[in-house]
Amino acid sequence: MSERPDFSAFPDARGHFGQFGGSFVSETLMGALDELTAMYARLKDDPQFRADFDYDLAHYVGRPSPLYLAERWSKQLGGAKIWLKREDLNHTGAHKVNNTIGQALLAKHMGKPRVIAETGAGQHGVATATVAARLGLTCQVYMGAEDVERQKLNVYRMKLLGAEVIPVTSGSRTLKDAMNEAMRDWVTNVDDTFYIIGTVAGPHPYPQLVRDFQCIIGREAREQSLKQAGQLPDALVACVGGGSNAIGLFHPFLNDDDVAMYGVEAAGDGIETGRHAAPLNAGRPGVLHGNRTYLMEDDNGQIIETHSVSAGLDYPGVGPEHSWLKDLGRVKYVAADDQEALSAFRELTLVEGIMPALESAHALAYARKLAPTMSPDQNIVVNLSGRGDKDILTVAAIDGIDV
Amino acid sequence: MRRIESCFQRLAGQNRKALIPFVTAGDPVKEVTVPLMHAMVDAGADIIELGVPFSDPMADGPVIQLACERALAHNTSTRDILGMVKAFRETNTDTPVVLMGYLNPVEVMGYEAFAKAAADAGVDGVLLVDLPPEEALEVKPVMDAQGLDMIFLVAPTTSDARIKLIGKAGSGYLYYVSLKGVTGSATLNVDEVASRVETIRNLAQLPIGVGFGIKDAESAQAVSRVADGVVVGSALVNQIAENKDTPDAINDAVGGILSAMRNAMDQ
Repeated sequence: MSERPDFSAFPDARGHFGQFGGSFVSETLMGALDELTAMYARLKDDPQFRADFDYDLAHYVGRPSPLYLAERWSKQLGGAKIWLKREDLNHTGAHKVNNTIGQALLAKHMGKPRVIAETGAGQHGVATATVAARLGLTCQVYMGAEDVERQKLNVYRMKLLGAEVIPVTSGSRTLKDAMNEAMRDWVTNVDDTFYIIGTVAGPHPYPQLVRDFQCIIGREAREQSLKQAGQLPDALVACVGGGSNAIGLFHPFLNDDDVAMYGVEAAGDGIETGRHAAPLNAGRPGVLHGNRTYLMEDDNGQIIETHSVSAGLDYPGVGPEHSWLKDLGRVKYVAADDQEALSAFRELTLVEGIMPALESAHALAYARKLAPTMSPDQNIVVNLSGRGDKDILTVAAIDGIDV
Repeated sequence: MRRIESCFQRLAGQNRKALIPFVTAGDPVKEVTVPLMHAMVDAGADIIELGVPFSDPMADGPVIQLACERALAHNTSTRDILGMVKAFRETNTDTPVVLMGYLNPVEVMGYEAFAKAAADAGVDGVLLVDLPPEEALEVKPVMDAQGLDMIFLVAPTTSDARIKLIGKAGSGYLYYVSLKGVTGSATLNVDEVASRVETIRNLAQLPIGVGFGIKDAESAQAVSRVADGVVVGSALVNQIAENKDTPDAINDAVGGILSAMRNAMDQ
């Protein structure tokens, strides 16, 4: 890549990453987005805001999260050393809380007493309900009816945290429909409501601000790699649904040309079956949920239903910055299917005593293939974006066990 | 002169206001749409907004969401809808037709191909609810070259500076969204609308259509006293939903509401 851009300079002022990103929303929301953009531009380099954010990450979330060398698993695979960035050890059990802490601080600065969120696996919903409880904000979480069913534990967690979970029965009854419904709520209650989007998608400035809040993952991993491995990693691997944990890990390394990056999408039953959630592997650019990005759509521009064992990856779009990084060739986007993810889930649990979220298991499934192709003096950092407790019922059901 | 502009000019000369019905194309079946367009004109419609269904209608309430689902259940495509407009134009060359929907089903055709096909079919304007003027810089000249008006929304939350920008970016008319919310929401507040329309008039040169929350002859009449056009959607789509199993009854049900509105507006 002789002509790579300075990745830290994007998005541009109107939220574009090349042809991707932007603000494709109805006029009613444009004022709120402009207000949020202006507020964020003012606060992001404000020393007090940064200090408040860092304080919460350290004392409430429990950062820095460890970079753990999975020695036994690496030896078993026989290749590069695999390091796990332990976002599963964060308060609430996933990387999602890094972002909700940041957006809740913004909501507080903007004087909004009510927050809403969409959620797929429930991790972002839990992280939102958590910060709302802590700040005394009213919280409503939209969740596809199908996801409410397969993520019962997280639904009850949100209720215990004082949030109202609203099942969404329109469309495919999953994450995309929850996002539609959250947008409808926001357009109706825009004066008193802050919409905490959970991933690096949506209209500008969300892809930028969610990325910035999640970049703590990559900044820590970079420092920890230099200290613990004595060098930058040779490869980074992260799962990609909307892509917030991936961009958080990748972004601080984008200008390091020698660090290879792999984003792992959900191949569901297999890309060739059409039943998957892999727009970067098998989609094309279009416009959904406020931004232009790779989408799973039919020839008439209608969004196609997605399939994945992992509710958090079951989304037909992806953050616009990933679309741009794909087209630039900076990140390679690959896919792991349900079976590969489940077997990585079991393997890490048995070999390292760490139970990963099914989302993160997609990243592990690819690392499992990649490591043996590399040498033992090379290093791979895998983002272990969340823990698997929430998925125990799903895995038990697959095993035919009634817990 | 373009059809939309001459329509508003003619009405202004008669001291009348435009009645602008919205229905989703292909709802509940494709065969219904063209006869329904004619029936709406017979009942007093001046401009027809034809909804292009989308799988993810983020700005719409449940009534139009379900209309999209019904139309998509049998794959009503953008090309099908252009075919409907072409069929409508065989006997009606006066009534402007505006396609209203979301960007993706248009963009997937390619801007050039869409604009040419739409102009060829006899479409007059395009209103894409998730395309604010800032993102329309590329598509607007393409539409303009084919004589298609780009109609933009103004909302209760739109700043004065943005109203000016939208007034310059759009042509045909401005669509004032009368309330914060999705289509089919609560009833609008006429005094509030009157005051906002006044503000918009001072900042933009285009005729102003008002939509969202207009449900009956009474609200249509009230809005027609302050705006240049009255847009009615969910109230009509509700009638289509109620008669979805007896499509023959749809023209009368929708026409009945429009006639009552027309009479009230012309009083």
